[in-house]
Amino acid sequence: MNTAATLQVTTPSEREILMTRVFDAPRHLVFEAYTKPELLKRWLGVHNGWSLDVCEIDLRVGGTYRYVWRKQGGHEMGMRGVYLEVEPPERIVATEAFDQSWYPGEAVGTVVLTEQDGRTTLSLSVLYESREIRDAVLQSPMEEGVATGFDKLAEVVASLEAQR
Amino acid sequence: METSGYGPAAPDHLDATFAALADPTRRAILARLALGEASVTELAEPFAMSQPAISKHLKVLERAGLISRGRDAQRRPCRLEATPLAQAAEWLERYRRFWDASFQTLDALLDEMKTDAKKHEPTKL
Repeated sequence: MNTAATLQVTTPSEREILMTRVFDAPRHLVFEAYTKPELLKRWLGVHNGWSLDVCEIDLRVGGTYRYVWRKQGGHEMGMRGVYLEVEPPERIVATEAFDQSWYPGEAVGTVVLTEQDGRTTLSLSVLYESREIRDAVLQSPMEEGVATGFDKLAEVVASLEAQR
Repeated sequence: METSGYGPAAPDHLDATFAALADPTRRAILARLALGEASVTELAEPFAMSQPAISKHLKVLERAGLISRGRDAQRRPCRLEATPLAQAAEWLERYRRFWDASFQTLDALLDEMKTDAKKHEPTKL
């Protein structure tokens, strides 16, 4: 269903971005798609000509992962991290850091899968360590969430464009 | 510069831009300035805030490069600066788009996995 498949973006605390999305599949399949390299390569960030060329996963507490995306013309983007918690098929907690850092320090990502009636709700929270980024994107309380931020920004940008 | 969907290579000043944008009053000020330049007095009116309080917000916005102030010593009208705002909006939108597009691809993959799982499932009686 389209409404269920909508990506929700909120800010449950000042250092966190939370995204939720419902999938029409049992959670062991979602977990598999999220943790097996050959499956991840088929969906994570593979759009607009990008491919996930390197996808190495050592799925255990203390294990590392490494992703490298490439696009024709020599463009490349990489990220890496360490697993802090691994509980199939419901929970993964891992650090994440990009090769070209676009926020200061590391972030911690938590994926939680819950299943109901054969459908799975995936929640992905990213907790930023740095005060800069926390103050930046995430300071607003829940009702003033990121989505609201987007809307406001979109309004302002639209009116700017109209002025030109 | 070409970047991927997730949004690396954000401009250095993006931190300051987002910090400035994190406050609802400051976003409202920007929305007001999108309609045209205004003085501190004019900006203070709709917010039930003192001029010094508004001035503090304006300083944050000015440091982030989101507004500029006129030279007129008396009035110093505030003006919106479009570029950093557009960059911030683009960055946030890219973040959302990365996950939205990825999850849509994942939908298709999961359908395929479900079909495969059914094929291998022992027939239920």
